[in-house]
Amino acid sequence: MDMTVDARMNGIWVIGLSFVAAMSLAVVSLPESIPSELGYLRPEWVTLVIVYWVIALPNRVGIVVAWAIGLLMDVLLGTLLGQHAIAYMIVAYVAFTLYQRLRMFAIWQQSLVIFAIVGLNQLIKFWIESIAGIVDWNIWYFLPSVISALAWPCVFLLLRYMRRSFNVT
Amino acid sequence: MLGFAILSLALILVDHWSNVLDSTRSGLTVLVTPVVLLADFPPKSVTSLVEVLSTRSTMREEIKLLEKDLLLLHAKTEKMAALTAENNRLRDLLGSAAKLQDNVVVAELIGVAPDPEKHEVIIDKGTTDGVFIGQPLLDAKGLMGQVIGVSRFSSRVLLISDPSHSVPVQVARSNLRLVAQGTGATNLLELMYVQNTADVGVGDLLVSSGLGGRFPIGYPVGVVNKVENSSSRPFSTVTATPSALLDRSRHVLLVFTEDKLASQHKEIRNGHDG
Repeated sequence: MDMTVDARMNGIWVIGLSFVAAMSLAVVSLPESIPSELGYLRPEWVTLVIVYWVIALPNRVGIVVAWAIGLLMDVLLGTLLGQHAIAYMIVAYVAFTLYQRLRMFAIWQQSLVIFAIVGLNQLIKFWIESIAGIVDWNIWYFLPSVISALAWPCVFLLLRYMRRSFNVT
Repeated sequence: MLGFAILSLALILVDHWSNVLDSTRSGLTVLVTPVVLLADFPPKSVTSLVEVLSTRSTMREEIKLLEKDLLLLHAKTEKMAALTAENNRLRDLLGSAAKLQDNVVVAELIGVAPDPEKHEVIIDKGTTDGVFIGQPLLDAKGLMGQVIGVSRFSSRVLLISDPSHSVPVQVARSNLRLVAQGTGATNLLELMYVQNTADVGVGDLLVSSGLGGRFPIGYPVGVVNKVENSSSRPFSTVTATPSALLDRSRHVLLVFTEDKLASQHKEIRNGHDG
């Protein structure tokens, strides 16, 4: 009994910290010397971290956690409340239905799936924003899914290392 | 799953059509303010590192330069004070309620919207400092934008260069009233509906006109950098460079314009006393 409670607390600490780090990376401002167009090259850090935890611990991080994180992201980015929440929730749902297969994949195969998942995430955000009349069509809008697929191996290996060394189950 | 999906869609709709969720949003913003501060830490520490590493002589030079600037500004302020007093006296004589008196509070930028499409910044003052929605923001050179969201310790500001933002301005030389619209580039504003015969030229200073009641009157907004007349189109294409350093200023000023009603009441009271 004590063991499980202890492991759970430990896990919460690591998971929470990874989400705080991902959210910080999502809003960290670039130096003024870099043109603002390079902002499109930012990977979808939070989506990657959600997908990782859903694959690794599907019984603990799922739709509800993803939804709550999405709500916080909406507040953080000043977007419509619920917009990131629904996008992340659907991402978590897709990752949850695929987690047994994803665990068997090589990292580059996982990257391909990430490309599709982040693309879906961007598509949902784009739909909602265009229905609300906020964005215009822009070819760069789906660049984050390519960048995120490229960033996935680093995120995956780092989070797996953290999970194993802190023994999060 | 379905419940959460319906809940999110309901939230999106309510948030889009009304502002009843503003208090929820500002409450949640307090939760994520640490994340904003954490994200601001690396850029801030680089700046302070540069300060630590700069040599004694450069520091001394900078201090000398700043002292010179201060002297100049002091001289200007003294003249301004006299002019303000005179202006207010003249306005009193005319019975006009508008007074040239704005209080400012210094705020610091702690975040920038990561989406290049959005020109928004986050500042470190919130409702605890009296910040309100619609409050104008300046930097040392000119008008920067207005507050669109407040929470306890931080607020979100829409810059004048955002495509969804426009400022009522007037040309300082000819008093011609115009509207300056953001273009999505931090170094360009577009002037809307300028007639081909309008009295506006390259190099003209645009100041806020105070119409619309949101921005105080007389702050520099931009300098006209291009005027293109074309007889085939109903309006000429006029663009301006914003005066404020929209993508560089870190220290900004929040303007507290004296409430017109309050000042009128005060005047009446003073009148009774005297």
